Amino acid sequence: MTPAPRRRLVPSFLATDSVQPTRNTLDRLTLLSSTGMATTDDLTHVKQRLIELLQGGPLALAEVAARLVLPVSLVRALVAELVDSSHLSARAPIPEARVHDPQLLEAVLHGLRSIR
Amino acid sequence: MDSAVSDSTTYLDSAEMTLLKIVVTGAFGVGKTTMINALSETAPLHTEEVMTEAGADVDNLVGVRDKATTTVAIDFGRRTLPGDLVLYLFGTPGQKRFKPLWEDIARGALGAVVLVDTRRLDASFDVIDMIEEQGLTYAIAVNSFPDAPHYPPEVLRDHLDLEPHTPLVICDARQTTSSVDVLIELVTHLLSQPALDAS
Repeated sequence: MTPAPRRRLVPSFLATDSVQPTRNTLDRLTLLSSTGMATTDDLTHVKQRLIELLQGGPLALAEVAARLVLPVSLVRALVAELVDSSHLSARAPIPEARVHDPQLLEAVLHGLRSIR
Repeated sequence: MDSAVSDSTTYLDSAEMTLLKIVVTGAFGVGKTTMINALSETAPLHTEEVMTEAGADVDNLVGVRDKATTTVAIDFGRRTLPGDLVLYLFGTPGQKRFKPLWEDIARGALGAVVLVDTRRLDASFDVIDMIEEQGLTYAIAVNSFPDAPHYPPEVLRDHLDLEPHTPLVICDARQTTSSVDVLIELVTHLLSQPALDAS
């Protein structure tokens, strides 16, 4: 991978270094947090913004896309690269099978009744 | 609103939260965004979704050469619940042409709320078809617009061809309590479902 120029004169949608996301497990509800690794100037501007946003606290991937006004598909690709480079950590949402777990559903029901 | 305050309230309480998803769907203009905003603790959020046309119904190809993708805005919101749970509500478009996007968003959801407007019941058929194809459990929420006709529940059930156990609730999507009641109805229904085989 060649070092990126200081400031890229390309639109954000061309800001990833790879064509394919490097992992395909990233969901809208993947929980993202900063590992504390600082941004560096060799990262694209949009990657720096993404890291800086998550330095404030954890967010779901969809929220990162909304806050940065970027398509979810692009954020997936950017996040995959930033997890590979250890800037971000990503926690997958609960497995699909657990969605029907009665204990989990009871907890949701209890929570909903408490905010009613 | 002070931007520093809104910034600090945007983040999740911790990285240990369990994130869950419920889909709020229905025909165009039925009140999906209204309900999501009534339930959310955050300012309204939306993502841009790039959708390829592959697999979508294309009525007319004349003059749309090179048109490979289209962008759709998806509204969503978030509500933190006691017990380190965070419920995300995604407003998904009900039209069949958004099916690939719909399926991608609905994957892994607890279930769906189908908002219905009694002035345009037929507009809900596509959505209900898609949900059933996806195998998602749902509750029908009739959004009570002031000038909409009132039908007895059995008439609505018959017209929408609902299973007898599918919940049907009358709601006001502008009201938080009323919208929470819809979610309670849906989750209660999810709990009453026989255990599903992991197939």
